[in-house]
Amino acid sequence: MIEIVDTIIQGVLLGGLYALFAIGLSITYGVMRVVNIAHGDFMVLAAYLALWPVTHLNMHPFVAIVPTAVLMFCLGYTVQRVVLNRTMGPNFLAPMLATFGMSIILRNGLQQVYHADSRSFQIGGLGTDSIHLGESLAVGKFPLIVFVVSVILVFLTSQLFTSTRIGVALRATSDDAETAGLMGIRASRTYAIALAISFALLAVGGVFAGIRTTFTPESGPATLLYAFEAVVIGGMGSLWGTFAGAIILGVAQGMGAQFGAGFGVLAGHLVFLAVLAFKPTGLFERTV
Amino acid sequence: MREGLSYVISRNTAASNAAVWLGVAAAVVALSVPWLPYVGTSGFMHWAVEVMCYLVLAQMWNLMAGYGGLMSVGIQAFVGIGGYSVIVFAQHLGVNPFLSIPIAGVMAAIAAVVTSVLVFRMRGGYFAIGTWVLAEVFRIAFSNVSVLGGGSGQSLTVMTRFDRSTREIAIYLIAAAALIIASVGINLLLRSRFGLGLTALRDSEAAAESQGVDVRSLKLQVYTLASFGAGVVGGIYYTSILRVSPAAAFDQNWVVAAIFIVVIGGIGTVEGPIVGAAIFFALRWALADYGAWYWLIMGALAVVTIMFAPTGLWGFVRARWDIQLLPLQRRLVLEGQARADAPDGRADEPTTRNDSRQARGAVRTRPMS
Repeated sequence: MIEIVDTIIQGVLLGGLYALFAIGLSITYGVMRVVNIAHGDFMVLAAYLALWPVTHLNMHPFVAIVPTAVLMFCLGYTVQRVVLNRTMGPNFLAPMLATFGMSIILRNGLQQVYHADSRSFQIGGLGTDSIHLGESLAVGKFPLIVFVVSVILVFLTSQLFTSTRIGVALRATSDDAETAGLMGIRASRTYAIALAISFALLAVGGVFAGIRTTFTPESGPATLLYAFEAVVIGGMGSLWGTFAGAIILGVAQGMGAQFGAGFGVLAGHLVFLAVLAFKPTGLFERTV
Repeated sequence: MREGLSYVISRNTAASNAAVWLGVAAAVVALSVPWLPYVGTSGFMHWAVEVMCYLVLAQMWNLMAGYGGLMSVGIQAFVGIGGYSVIVFAQHLGVNPFLSIPIAGVMAAIAAVVTSVLVFRMRGGYFAIGTWVLAEVFRIAFSNVSVLGGGSGQSLTVMTRFDRSTREIAIYLIAAAALIIASVGINLLLRSRFGLGLTALRDSEAAAESQGVDVRSLKLQVYTLASFGAGVVGGIYYTSILRVSPAAAFDQNWVVAAIFIVVIGGIGTVEGPIVGAAIFFALRWALADYGAWYWLIMGALAVVTIMFAPTGLWGFVRARWDIQLLPLQRRLVLEGQARADAPDGRADEPTTRNDSRQARGAVRTRPMS
């Protein structure tokens, strides 16, 4: 019994990390109706970018998130303005193929620069410390921090969408880009802001993932798939739904891992397919 | 219908007639390779099998994405099923290995129909990633089947009952036959009622549906057909290299290659993938010593193509010089050819100037292929 509780707690905390992967994907899909296939590879790029100040300037990984997020924000804005906006149109195929191309470029480019060795961030004792809850239950301090940060970021992004001018512009473009254009909201700029926000969030996800485990140039696809599954399980149009989807995915993977190595990921995939089979619109769909 | 305006619909052009004969000649040459001096070597045939496998897979992906609008990044699921079908049928059930190749296609098609129940619940971008998840599920599932070698896979040892040269020639001929059947089949398909629906679907899903095209069933058919082709490719390729493992069979590189070939050559055209495959293999040969640089350059080339020439290299050439190599495009040709070609629209028959203008408009606007 206590093992099950432990598995669930660990799964929920893992879900907190997956939520960090998924919010950005949820935002860009919500605004542009395009799934960024390079999402995971850009997160790996963010992790490698953060590695530089950490190793060369001896910066604490938590601090390194800030300049990395700023850099990723600018990168996201530029990628959308220079590359993706040229491909946006009534057909989703062209922008998605462009992100597909970018994912292959990134994966092989990182491979060329950093080789296949796995890297990680060290945060000393904080990485391994845990808080004991009773005799056989313990919660790692760092996973708890990730979870809290994740909740805060989901809250802040939903606030951004509901109560700022940029958020209104994002939602308007999402609903009807053409009509929003008539109201003076330029879709090309709104799309760029959406991708920029998504990329900035990837900096947080990338560094946290690099503290929790390790990363290689090949880590991108798995990240994309987990983020995507969280978004679909959660349902369209709700960031809290995506958060809940990530938690469900984390718990499913934790439960599956009890049956042996490799079964964790499979269990996550199966829960995703089950949601598709029984509630294809997602568990927490919200139609605004 | 105005009086005196009669026309026929023609698909053939001088270029397309020439191309058909060129295709026939190419097929004859391809089928006689094993008996030709110098080229009929084991190394060349091995390489040719790989090229033909990639080309067939690219054509299948193009049919599905370029025409059917189904962007899949998980077609490797069916390549893998094809590879494993050969192991199951030839190695474990004692079916003739060469006969198990078409069976591999059928198994892949069955898997596609069954799993379509799930992946067809997703549309557009979701479908793309959903098919990838499916391929991952297959990969993990096959890694856990110990009868099939688990994670390390299995060798196709039954092939040792054929001697080396028989094996190579047979596989080569099967691959060439698959390519010829796929090429001719796609042409016939696109000329048929099915193909007309598919072409309409490519140009506009909503418009196709409003004209009575059953979009959902057409998509399922094209998805199943493409999966069948992918299964045959898997069957041929893994019979050729004699070993199947989950990591290789369900490798994403299959779809990466197919997408780059189609995108660079020209999505939604039949000639495009041929051009794309030529570039893909030429670059691979040129950059053989540079490892990851090869994929990096292919990726950059694909992104640049999507940005500046969305219809690919072939689409660019076709628009620039109005060439139609395959007899797929339907053109209105007025009876007494002069009318369509007359620069000022004057005709021998007593039609008004205006009528001819309209007729010319019909010829020049939106080619149907």
